[in-house]
Amino acid sequence: MDGVVTEGLTKRYGSLTAVEALDLAVPAGERFALLGVNGAGKTTTVRMLCCLTRPTAGRALVGGRSVTEEPMAVKARIGLSPQETAVAPNLTAEENLLFMAGVHGMGREQARARAKELTEALDLGQVLRRRAGKLSGGWQRRLSIAMALVSRPKVLFLDEPTLGLDVLARSALWETIRSLEGVTVILTTHYMEEAEALADRVGIMAAGRLLRTGSPAQLLAGTGTDRLEDAFLAIVKEAEGR
Amino acid sequence: MKTLILARRTAREILRDPLTVIFGLGFPLILLFLLTAIQRNVPVALFTLESLTPGVAVFGQSFITLFAATLIARDRSSSFLQRLYTTPLAAGDYILGYALPLLPMGLAQSAACYLAALCLGLPATVHVLWALLAALPAGLFFIGLGLLAGTVLTDRQVGGLCGALLTNLTAWLSGTWFDLSLVGGWFEDLARALPFLHAVQLGRAALRGEPAGGLDHLWPVAGFAMAALIAAAAVFAAKMRRD
Repeated sequence: MDGVVTEGLTKRYGSLTAVEALDLAVPAGERFALLGVNGAGKTTTVRMLCCLTRPTAGRALVGGRSVTEEPMAVKARIGLSPQETAVAPNLTAEENLLFMAGVHGMGREQARARAKELTEALDLGQVLRRRAGKLSGGWQRRLSIAMALVSRPKVLFLDEPTLGLDVLARSALWETIRSLEGVTVILTTHYMEEAEALADRVGIMAAGRLLRTGSPAQLLAGTGTDRLEDAFLAIVKEAEGR
Repeated sequence: MKTLILARRTAREILRDPLTVIFGLGFPLILLFLLTAIQRNVPVALFTLESLTPGVAVFGQSFITLFAATLIARDRSSSFLQRLYTTPLAAGDYILGYALPLLPMGLAQSAACYLAALCLGLPATVHVLWALLAALPAGLFFIGLGLLAGTVLTDRQVGGLCGALLTNLTAWLSGTWFDLSLVGGWFEDLARALPFLHAVQLGRAALRGEPAGGLDHLWPVAGFAMAALIAAAAVFAAKMRRD
């Protein structure tokens, strides 16, 4: 399977369990949102799936490769846009794209061609020659996603992709994310409307546990609510025994 | 190849920061001009170019630590390094990618100091080239220290420790501005135990055309440089595995 599969994936930091026995299956090409409040375990899950932190227990396959046994193979199949914008500030937007192409082993011509493709796909033309550090938050996020896509990843991880953006920049970025084709997208968010707008399926996390997964419509139907926020609250409160 | 791509990015990030030019080049050169002007107006040999230039060159190189540490600490805090950790780069690519461009930068900085000194009246002999070469071990030491500091400190801590503390330590303990034997005691002992004084003495010996006299000072500087580079590589690799 080219998507993401986890079985009993767990991360503990001493006595604190950040992620507990996560079982998840995201088929190739799906946009899947991990929804939860701060500290729910979303970012830790992404970090384990990106080989940035080693699971304490369980297994995970990303793009068909094991994150613990074949990390370099996994790294060749993924792209990550971290929570912070993670761009090289004194490089232009174009140089950032060429740089990422270079570290993924592309030659000069191939790198230029890929940068051109992404510039057109993500509409970066007007900021291409500007230094990344001088761009607005929205443009930096868009550039960050383009950088994550340089290597043509099978799985794209977007950690809180619109955090701190104004409503216009958020809307523009949503359009960009919706336009991505042929790639599995795992995004984390604590914005209910973002999960609803972008994801084919949503996984609700709280206190390190995945409480429920389903399409937004399934989650609403399952909780008898009209809004995803109400469904989220109902699921979390039920898990807490309230 | 990937190392060179990372190295080119390191060079661009540092050279495109105006603070690099102001502190790395402007500040040492201004000191050189000012102290030479003072020397012309005093009857005793306080700041002769033969004594002053190697000291200013070493002082200038201490800013390399600040540049390297700031870049790495910012790459950590902005998650840029985290992004790179998800690419097929190896630990060695990172260390070399950060370190390689800093060596020619340090050398260019020293060359600018000696060039300015030549314009101010330093005799143009082959010894100037030896003095330039003698600045290399100190350059390696400051690079290693920068890699280490950037790996373990936050960008705010880097500003204080590498920007203020290290440059002052280099200035006070190098014997550039005053004869350390005039202070004596623990201060002089401390200066002799650290590499700054030896780095300056090495440059002065080379400039005098006394390579044998410089050897005694080469080993402490080379030792500190090796220790700093090995510690930086080990700590970076360990932190990379832990992150």
